[in-house]
Amino acid sequence: MDYNSKKALTYNPSLTRNIGNKALTIISALFAIISVLPLILVISYVLIKGGSYINFETLILEPEPPGDDLLSAGGIGPAITGTFIMTFIASIISIPVGVGGGIYLAEYSKSGRFAKFVRFGSNVLAGVPSIIAGVFIYAIIVSTKILFGSMFSGIAGGISLSILMLPTIIKTTDEALKLVPDNLRKAALGIGASKFTMICNVTLPAAFSSISTGIILGLARAAGETAPLIFTALFSRYYITSFDDLFYEMGSLSVLIYNFALEPYESQNQLAWAASFILVVILLSLNILSRWINRLDAFSKNKV
Amino acid sequence: MLLQVDKATTSKFLLRRRTTSEKLVDISFKNFVVTMASMVAIILFSIFAVVYYESTESISRYGLRFLFSSAWNPVTDEYGAFTAIYGTLFTSIASLLIAIPLGVGTAIFITENIIPKYIRDLIGIMVELLAAIPSVVLGLWAVFIMEPFIRPFLNMVHEIFGFIPFFGTEPLGAGMMPAILILVVMILPIITSISKDSLNQVPSNLRQAAYGIGATRWTTIFKVIIPAAISGITGGVLLALGRAMGETMAVTMIIGNSNNFSWSIFAPSYTISSMLANQFGEADGSQVSSLMYAALILMILTLMVNVFAQWIVKKLSLKYQ
Repeated sequence: MDYNSKKALTYNPSLTRNIGNKALTIISALFAIISVLPLILVISYVLIKGGSYINFETLILEPEPPGDDLLSAGGIGPAITGTFIMTFIASIISIPVGVGGGIYLAEYSKSGRFAKFVRFGSNVLAGVPSIIAGVFIYAIIVSTKILFGSMFSGIAGGISLSILMLPTIIKTTDEALKLVPDNLRKAALGIGASKFTMICNVTLPAAFSSISTGIILGLARAAGETAPLIFTALFSRYYITSFDDLFYEMGSLSVLIYNFALEPYESQNQLAWAASFILVVILLSLNILSRWINRLDAFSKNKV
Repeated sequence: MLLQVDKATTSKFLLRRRTTSEKLVDISFKNFVVTMASMVAIILFSIFAVVYYESTESISRYGLRFLFSSAWNPVTDEYGAFTAIYGTLFTSIASLLIAIPLGVGTAIFITENIIPKYIRDLIGIMVELLAAIPSVVLGLWAVFIMEPFIRPFLNMVHEIFGFIPFFGTEPLGAGMMPAILILVVMILPIITSISKDSLNQVPSNLRQAAYGIGATRWTTIFKVIIPAAISGITGGVLLALGRAMGETMAVTMIIGNSNNFSWSIFAPSYTISSMLANQFGEADGSQVSSLMYAALILMILTLMVNVFAQWIVKKLSLKYQ
């Protein structure tokens, strides 16, 4: 083998294709940095700027009406409880419907025409803009006063959030149950279990962690939504004190951020930053929790 | 010998029939899950039905003229959604054009073995966490931090290229350009994570074959890996387009909410969803019906994009299996 043919086989950095290759690698690295940058900026601003306004009083006080007191704007206490209450209402509606629907798709009708339609429908529902959910609930619940004559209410807000949670839950339940090996089903049915017993004692427990991941992600999405709440739950500055208060306007962290960010007063803007600190911390911990459950599950499955 | 077992054992192992209550539970459970599954269909249909029903007044009054008129005057009761429809389409498509190279580039970077795996995983997780930040928080950040920061740059563009109608007005705060940028931030995680998943699913044989015949890394990516993953990438891009069109809060806070039509991307504008967020609460009479008409248009737009996305994923993925 002469020298020239050997040289042709070694890496030559000055070749056009190698230069082009390097350049594209650098460009893709730049793109990755640009993509991560907004997260770092948003998170650090929210944590530093928002965190600096957090103290005990901010967490428990009720917000003052804008412009009333220029030095202190009160706190975000009612908004925190409101977010929790409405997310809770949303989950008691959407968990049974979503998990039930997912069970139907995966266990009863794997490829029937109706199941295909429901799968397609839940994909479409996932793509429906969140503001449309708000408009829809406004039209059927708020403007008709169907809930015992109350108009804007925490319950209406919770229902509109449940529409947004539903597709996530139904999809993850369906997919989690599909991953359960068919052998388990056959074994359960073979020893005489009814389909109900099989689902409750075998397939649901096997898919439990994936389903709960989906539910947590759905919760995180619902807790951060604003658009469906601005004309269903509206906003309230007061804590709820009785069950009846569920049928009146209810504040939430996200609507508080929206309302107070656009106020001209500095103290209101600070409350908006404080509220986004709390909201981001809640949502990030829900997301990390869901990752952790997933990982724990993968770990225990590997062991078996 | 074997058959002579005592009576206690035989009765223990006799086949038993399911009791009526067991059957009842079984059947009612099935009915329950069927009902729950049909809820999805019912909700979807009723959303369309309600929005259509509420907008019939405007539909019969304006017809298709609504789409091409930019009048929005509650006093004279004259409505047209051209500005909002243009704003919705323009902001979402412009943000998509910026986000596609960034998102797909990032996805390629974190699926290739350029840097150690744990750094790539970290970048992947960070981009996905970006999706967890609620849009209202991004809006807050855009209003107070991003917009003041980019305004000098936009001013520079306006001074140099001001003769082009797209940059014709002076950037004075809220406007279409900041809205486009915040939309990029919002849809980037969708494009990146879906592209990443579909790039990861490309069989490694394809890559090895390409390397084996002497292709470089990027030739392999452009000629082999991306074509093999194109169905997933396209699906992700369309999903992101749907999300961008329906995105409300961040856009409402930063787009300036003005119904005056302008070619300039620095001028305040409207999208359908920001118009709804801004006006729906205080609207009454025929304004509600016009807003519902706009909502119906938004729903049809996002529905078309979503159905097309599902169709294209199916269509393209069959080709490579």
